[in-house]
Parts: sequence; structure tokens; C-alpha cells
Amino acid sequence: MIHQYKLGGMNIVLDVASGSVHAVDDAAYDMISLYEGGSKEEVTEKIYEKYKDVATKEEVHECYDEITELKNEGKLFAPDTFAPMAGELKARTSGVIKALCLHVAHTCNLNCEYCFASQGKFHGERALMSFETGRAALDFLVKNSGTRRNLEVDFFGGEPLMNFDVVKRLVAYARSVEKEAGKNFRFTLTTNGMLIDDDVIDFANRECSNVVLSLDGRREVHDRFRVDYAGRGSYDRIVPKFKRLVEARGGRNYYMRGTFTHLNPDFLKDIETMLDLGFTELSMEPVVCAEGDPYALTKEDMPIIFEQYEKLASLLIKRRREGKPFTFYHYMIDLKGGPCVYKRISGCGSGTEYMAVTPWGDLYPCHQFVGEEKFRLGDVWHGVTNHEIQNEFASCNVYAREECRDCWARLYCSGGCAANAYHATGSVRGVYKYGCELFKKRMECAIMAEVAREEEV
Amino acid sequence: MKHIKTIETRNLCESAKNGGCGECQTSCQSACKTSCGIANQKCENGKKESK
Repeated sequence: MIHQYKLGGMNIVLDVASGSVHAVDDAAYDMISLYEGGSKEEVTEKIYEKYKDVATKEEVHECYDEITELKNEGKLFAPDTFAPMAGELKARTSGVIKALCLHVAHTCNLNCEYCFASQGKFHGERALMSFETGRAALDFLVKNSGTRRNLEVDFFGGEPLMNFDVVKRLVAYARSVEKEAGKNFRFTLTTNGMLIDDDVIDFANRECSNVVLSLDGRREVHDRFRVDYAGRGSYDRIVPKFKRLVEARGGRNYYMRGTFTHLNPDFLKDIETMLDLGFTELSMEPVVCAEGDPYALTKEDMPIIFEQYEKLASLLIKRRREGKPFTFYHYMIDLKGGPCVYKRISGCGSGTEYMAVTPWGDLYPCHQFVGEEKFRLGDVWHGVTNHEIQNEFASCNVYAREECRDCWARLYCSGGCAANAYHATGSVRGVYKYGCELFKKRMECAIMAEVAREEEV
Repeated sequence: MKHIKTIETRNLCESAKNGGCGECQTSCQSACKTSCGIANQKCENGKKESK
């Protein structure tokens, strides 16, 4: 299967199964679309008719031979033979958990209406995780991580810094046991920035391999939703703190993570604001909310968003060429060294290798299922007890969804987000169509930006 | 005259041979938290096939 598209002044052909990417001229572009539909004579004749003003018959035949050569090398029209391997990685690593999202605080000092975690409470009571529960979660992770060395733990909420003391104690505990256990903990902190101070900055830069900082972009966009309980915007309070933290980070990983909604589908302006503030590691996510919410993305927003993604790719290329590069999380794609095919077909790992832990020690398939009681998997003391639900997640892979089998982007999204699918369709094996459309657009842009990089060498 | 420029990529079919070590990051455990994508993740397999 191939996927062809024109973007950024380039003709791009993606061979789905082999992962090959080709930049082609107009004649080759048209010929590839006809190649499997007729004989060499038929195809070359059609192309010659169209291009005879600019190409000779010999050149058209030469083009056909190039395509044939690539096909013989397995770089065009390669068959997808991966379906039997779809469950293999999960079966091979069955029972191995490698990442936990620790909900150390089901409470928040901001009151953002669009929060998928319902202002940090996840549709339940406000609560802070105790050190004992957090320690049990870390023990559970070490015990169930098999031979996996790198263990990921994300301090999440709500606002995790509202329970900073426990966060620090948990990190100290993890560091005290990791060596003997043969493990390496990688911590991530996701914060709204309100409680950042020198102590937090020191801690984050010493202990966290990644820090995710919530900023929506323009002041008026950010302050529309990201307000405190008195209704006051948080922009002016957090931006100076984010600047200090990032400056002190000295090149270590961080992301400025924004959310865009129906009220700002022109989110490129928000990304430009982040750049103007001096931030270069950026992420901007579509809002996750119920259909019908006033800020939910609509069908009418789609063309605007698509255009924004295209302009964002152009900006990324332009700034790279000017020596002022930035990173957009969804355009990070390593064509030479990205994930292997097992990873690409196995699904996202929620409920199997990745779980979320509530302040009470309950286990859920991921942070987006917390609060949905029927998805409770078990707890950190007794492990997974709800095997029926876990099996449902274990069987989620790219070939488990009918709609994904013939989608060109299947080896880039691995079947998509189970939570998005569940919230849109009522089934974790469903397909969230808007999400798919946005994802495909982002991948086209990301691949185009990489092809453009070749021209820069 | 070349009509096609092939960009260097990891051959996914080849990656089946030594892949599947499982050391890579989980899909959602970094910046997004609200959408799944694996294309932007690093391979952490030390025994990756030669290109």
C-alpha cells in the first residue's frame, strides 16, 4: 500500500509497509498511482500523453523502470505481512509493566473548565496520595517490570506540586532502591506552574528527565480557561516561572504543552507566542471533552486546523533554515531510527505496560480512564485483579480495528488512543474519526518537514 | 535523469528481525497525554539491525 500527497511544493510517496519515503517528480507521482492498474505499455503511454511536452518516451520508460526497481527492492508496494505479529510483543512482554502515571494530587489550584480531569478531581473526591501509597506503587512497578531496565514515572494530577513533599520523598525512595533492583527511573513532572519556586526548579532539573509545562499560548487564550478559583487568569504568574525553570534546565528535556479548542483553532498564533517567549520545545493538543461542549472542536474547525498544521510545518522548516529551530512534539519523527514494527503495531500499551495510579492506590488502564469505575484494574497492593478489562486492552492493536487495517497511517499511530476511542464510540476498540483526521494531517506535515530537511543537506 | 529521490528510512520489514525488545518509552508517557502516536518515539534497542 502506498500513500501519495502533495505538500510544501513537494510530491511525496510513502510506502506504508516498508516505511520508505520518496520525493518524486510530477510524472513519477502520476505513474506510481497508475502503476498497479495496467501493463507497462498502458501506463507509460498514459504518462507520455500527459507529459509529452516536457518528457521524451525514453524518459517516461526510464521513470517506469525506476519504480519497478524500487518495487523489487521492497521500497514500493511492499506487502504488509505484519498482522500475525500484532499480538506478539504484548505476549512476549506479558505482565511486564514499565510505566506508571502517579496521580499524586486529585486536586488543583486552577479551575480550568476544559480540564479532562474535571479540575483535577477526575469526577471523584479531592485527595492527595500518601507517601505509603506512592511507595507501594513504586514497589509494584519494580516487582512487575521483569527485565526492563528503564522505568518511567510521571507525577500527574490535578496539580502534582500540591503534593510536592510526597513527590520528593518518592523520588528519594526510588533512587534508594533502583541500583540494587537493576533499574533506572525516569521521572516526568506535569505542572501548571503555579507553585514553581527555586526548590521545584532544583528538583526538576536534578531528578526529572522531562518536565511538561502547561501554557496555552496567547495571554487571552491562556487566561480564558486557565484561571484560579477566583476567576483570575494565571498567565502573568506562570510565564516568568516557566522562563526561569527552562533557563535553568540547561538543555534537558521539557515541553510547553498547550491545549487548543473550538475557541482558538488558529493555534499557530499561540505557538508563535511560545516562540516569542523563548520556548522551543512545544506541544499543542486538541481539547479532549464531550461532544456538544461549547469549546469542543467541530467539523467546521477541521479545515482551519489542517491549514494551521501546514503553516506550522512551513514555520518549522523556515526557522530551521534560519538557524532558529524549534521542536513540535507531533512533528518529531525519526525516519532513520524510529520504532520497530512490533512497537508500531502493538497499540499504545495502556492497561498492559502502562497504568495510572489514583491517590488511593487504585490502578486504571491510563490517566484518561481514571474515574471510570468499570475500568478499575486492581490496586498497587494486590496487583491487577480485573483480568477481563486488562485482556480487552491487551487485545487492542492496530489490526484489531477494522478501520485501521487499510489506513496508511496505521504504523505511525499504532491504532490510536483507547481513551479517545472509548469516549467517542463507547468501545476501546472503536475509532475516534476526528482524532484520526488530525493525526493523519500531522503525519503528512511531519514527513514533509523531514523530506525538506534532505534538501538542506 | 532520476525521477525519484528515496529518503533514507528504517526498513520496517527488516526491523521485525531484531525488534520487539520493549525498552522504548510507552506511547503516552511524555508530552501529549491526550493522543496516541508512536512515530515520534525513539528506538532504544541496542541490537538494532544495520541499515
